[in-house]
Amino acid sequence: MAHSLRPPFSDKDHVQGDIHAPLELVEYGDYQCPHCGRAYPIIKSIQAKLGKELKFAFRNFPLSESHPQAFAAAVAAEAADRQSAFWPMHDYLFEYQSRLPLMPFDAFAEALKLDSQKLEHDMQDPTLSAKVDADFDSGIHSGVNGTPTFFINGRRYDDNWDEDSLLAHLQQMLAKH
Amino acid sequence: MLEKGTAAPDFELFCTPDQKIRLSELAGKKVILAFYPADWSPVCSDQMALYNETLKYFRKYNADILGISVDSKWCHMAFSADRKLHFPLLADFEPKGAVARAYGVYDEKEGECLRALFVMDEQHTIQWSYLSPTGINPGADGILDALEALAQPVKS
Repeated sequence: MAHSLRPPFSDKDHVQGDIHAPLELVEYGDYQCPHCGRAYPIIKSIQAKLGKELKFAFRNFPLSESHPQAFAAAVAAEAADRQSAFWPMHDYLFEYQSRLPLMPFDAFAEALKLDSQKLEHDMQDPTLSAKVDADFDSGIHSGVNGTPTFFINGRRYDDNWDEDSLLAHLQQMLAKH
Repeated sequence: MLEKGTAAPDFELFCTPDQKIRLSELAGKKVILAFYPADWSPVCSDQMALYNETLKYFRKYNADILGISVDSKWCHMAFSADRKLHFPLLADFEPKGAVARAYGVYDEKEGECLRALFVMDEQHTIQWSYLSPTGINPGADGILDALEALAQPVKS
């Protein structure tokens, strides 16, 4: 069974890197998932090493049954996007993941110097929770089987995602490109 | 492994320490069978946790999902409570693996079920089956594709 990314990578995604980069890495992640927390610095390091060869997108896949704050955290990151701060919020949520059950989201917003009232207000907007649901839906249809799940140039990546393995795989794909 | 077009063999297995489920009791509903090697193992845990999150998708297609392994009903009870699962896990425990054998998905060497998925229609005819590499969680996309195909009007 080929598991392929549906819908494909596009400028509707939250993207870091050059949109024309030959390597395309998509993570379906959950801000409260400890494995995603471990993957976070690995992705940062790989981005630094591959530079303009790699573009990276993050899609929400909150496992709400396992992680009670995951859905709200995903909505918070989408709300931060309305203050052009999706990535700072994404990074902050992973860096301070252990505080998720304790810290209200307006405190996260203040730490990032965002308008915390606006963030709280935007978090109530049903279009943002619909966006998170739509990401989850696309993940299920793409064959996401846990978090994090990575897709590289549209295909699900089933091997280890420790830094050495993932980087070697990406470099190999680049060499073939 | 039983293939598309085969009538699904009926079975009756414990789903809790004092309750059994018979496949034929689910007449009129589509049924997803997820055979898996073992409670508590990492891949199986992720797979069951995923289906726990996708139950609403299955329900949309009038489909129930049943997990099946050779673990005992008490083991299932503890695993299910620990992972807060909202669907039944069936114990293919005595005679061990008999249902998995009937579906052609028993691993004789390990003494466990293989990691296999079946989707059957309301008449319990198998419409899709998939054997996953044991170490890989197959996800839910194949199941949903099969359910979506069944929901399409039949072409005459």
